[in-house]
Formats: sequence, C-alpha cells, structure tokens
Amino acid sequence: MNSAMLFNVARFILLLAAQVLIFNNFNFLGYINPYPYILFILLYPVNGNKYGLLAASFFLGIIMDLFCNSGGVHTASCILLAAFRPSLFKFSFGLSYEYQTVRINDTLTPERFSFIFLGVVIHHLTLFVLEIFTFDYFWNIILRTIVSTLFTTIICILIIYLFKPSKR
Amino acid sequence: MQQIFNFVFKNSYRMLFLLLMVIALLLTIQSHSYHRSKIISSANFFTGGAYKMTSNIEGYFNLKIQNEELAKENARLKGLLFNIKDSTKIPNLDTIKGVKKIDIVIAKVIKNSYSSQVNFLTLDSGSKQGVQPEMGVINSLGIVGVIENVSPNYSTVLSILNTESPINAKIKKSNHIGSLIWNGKNTGFVQLTDVPRLATVRKGDTIVTGAQSTIFPENIGIGTIEKIYVDNQTNFYTIDVKLFNDMTSLGHVYIIKNKETQEIINLEKKSQKDE
Repeated sequence: MNSAMLFNVARFILLLAAQVLIFNNFNFLGYINPYPYILFILLYPVNGNKYGLLAASFFLGIIMDLFCNSGGVHTASCILLAAFRPSLFKFSFGLSYEYQTVRINDTLTPERFSFIFLGVVIHHLTLFVLEIFTFDYFWNIILRTIVSTLFTTIICILIIYLFKPSKR
Repeated sequence: MQQIFNFVFKNSYRMLFLLLMVIALLLTIQSHSYHRSKIISSANFFTGGAYKMTSNIEGYFNLKIQNEELAKENARLKGLLFNIKDSTKIPNLDTIKGVKKIDIVIAKVIKNSYSSQVNFLTLDSGSKQGVQPEMGVINSLGIVGVIENVSPNYSTVLSILNTESPINAKIKKSNHIGSLIWNGKNTGFVQLTDVPRLATVRKGDTIVTGAQSTIFPENIGIGTIEKIYVDNQTNFYTIDVKLFNDMTSLGHVYIIKNKETQEIINLEKKSQKDE
C-alpha cells in the first residue's frame, strides 16, 4: 500500500461521509442537493489503474444508493462518469494529457474548470434522468440538473482549494 | 477458443464497464417497479446504524418542538379520557382477548427525505419490535407513509410524498373516496385524484383516510382542501390537499398494526376465486 493508494482510500471514505451527513441535508428550495462526492472520481490519479477506478466508482455509487434508497441511480451515473473520464481529459487538457503531469488538485485554470464542470454535468444529467425516469417531468429534470450542477461545481472547487496539498 | 480469450482479454475494460452498468441499470429499473428492491435499502445494519448515530445528535436540536407536540397530544388524549361518563373507570380493552383490533409500535424517524420523486424514511424499529411490511405509519398530526422494508432493528417507510403508489382517502364530510398521490412538486401539498364530479367539495374541507384500505384505520387526518381542478379528460376532480404534517420535520411516529389485515385479505382473495 503506497501513499497514493492511502490518499485514495481516505478520500473515498471522507467524501462519502461528508455527502451522507452534510450535503444530503442541504435541500435548497426544498429538494436540490449538491453531490460533491463525485470529486473522488474526478481526483483519481490520471495514470492510476482504470479497472480500479471503475470498480471504486461502482462501490462509491452503490454505497450512496444504500444511503439514499435510490436503487441503482448513483451507481449508474458514477460508472458512466468514470468511463467518460479519459475523453474528458482529452477534451480539456489536449490529446497528450497522459504524457504531461496533469493535476486537478491545484489552482483553478480554465482547463481544470472545464474538466470539473463537464464531469459534473454528465453525472447529474444521468442521475436525474434515471431517478425521475419519465419524460413527463422533462423541465423538472433540466431544472434540477442546472441548479445542482452549479451547486456541486462551486462546492467541488471550494473543497479543492481548502484541501490543496501545500506547495513544497 | 484462443480467439475468444484474446477478444475477452483485449476488451476487458469495456466488458467490465458493461457488466457494472448492466448491474446498475437492473437495480434502477427494479427500484422503479412496484415491489421495490430488497437489496438496496437503508434498512440494514450498516446504513441504519450510521443514520441512528447522526439522529442521536440531531435529536437535541428540536427537542423543544417535539416536546410541545407530545404535550399537545397528551392534552388531547386526556381530554378524551376525562370526558367519558365515568372518569374513574378507564376502559381497559386489553382484558378481553380479541377485542383489541389495532396495536401501535412507537418509532423514531432517523432519516427523512423529501427531495426525490419517491421518498423514503428510515425508522429505528424493525421486526424485533413486530414491524412488518405494509403497515401504516402516522404521527400525532396525520399520516406519514407505509412500511416498505424491514430488518431486525430498522425499517424503511414509503412516504406519502411519492409519485408512484396511491393511498385510499376520502372527504370527511361527504364520504366520497379518491386516491391520494403526489405530483412531486411541493412538499406541503399532495393531490387527491379520481373524486367524482357528484361530490360536493369546498375549500377547507378535511381529507381523511378511507375505509377501503387495510393499512390505515378509517378517519386519520391527512389535510385540508386548498385548490380544486377539473380534469378535462376524465371529468373527475383533482384536489390539492394541504397536509397537516410538515413532512420536512418528523420526530416520533406510530406504526399501526392491524391484526385483522390478514383476515380481510384472505377473505377478499377467497371471494375473488369464487367468482
């Protein structure tokens, strides 16, 4: 077990705990919650094991579903986000992202912002489409996605700034 | 054979993704069908325990409101008690076996939710306390929901704030029945649908549970009429009901055990067979 792995495990547990105990009780306007627990998937090391990421996303999602009584909604959207992650990297940081050292966990640049924002949009859109599961509530899905996305993005950036590892 | 192995090996990432996605989608679809997923629910040792711990802390913040509610209810019950003819002789229904039709289990809401389309609460009593699925849950103000899943120490409740399964209800004054469902918009209001046009409905009338359901006893409060619409396609009334309960803050609740439920269900099954 090296330190990167330990960091990941700690992030997994802490983000999940924060989500369940704090962020699930926001209920802005009565029903809108931020979901910053997906920061785990976004912050996973760029050249880390991709099978590991997929499996970890699955467990992250299923534990969220256990707590929210929501079937497999969070699981599906987490796996989708994990699968989309390489293409997001390509889009935000350019084709050769694997060869440079990309760090999400640092000061905000347009690249980092677009990466986080698009990731959050993908996750939330899947989440609300699957949760509501009918197109009778089309505008409801769109409204929830927009407001939650703004909310989650802001909180994600705040968390990154708060816990940014100190420069050596 | 070699080629199959090669194929699997080459596409292993994609196949793992598909496998996990299929599992997730199956769980999602299962959760949207009427009988809910038994695996993914917060009525288990792990999640129930976590919620119980946090609710122990949160409980302190609204002790005052909870106390007031309990005191009010006590006062109302005392009022009933003192107004019977002989106040020294309290009717003790327990002494004659079989008379007592309804039993009550007390429980505390340890997790409340009202932000999705189908909402669940988690309670801190389960099958050890005699809770079973399909029992009604109320509090001192009105109905809360129906028990969905049960584990030894916890249970989950399908809240009345859900867009999928209706509850039988009626207008107290005129006895016209309808079904109560939520449109997923405002946590303070639910909708009473399928009320016949013959019914006289007026703003402010009380809506209570109907006698058709085996889950709730008759005449438990739900709310008052706020707005009345006519459905153009079916010519039935749809009524906005303002709930007595504030579903966003729930403390102690009562679970209703109707001892005759099984008898009623068996009887109805038998008569359907005879037809």
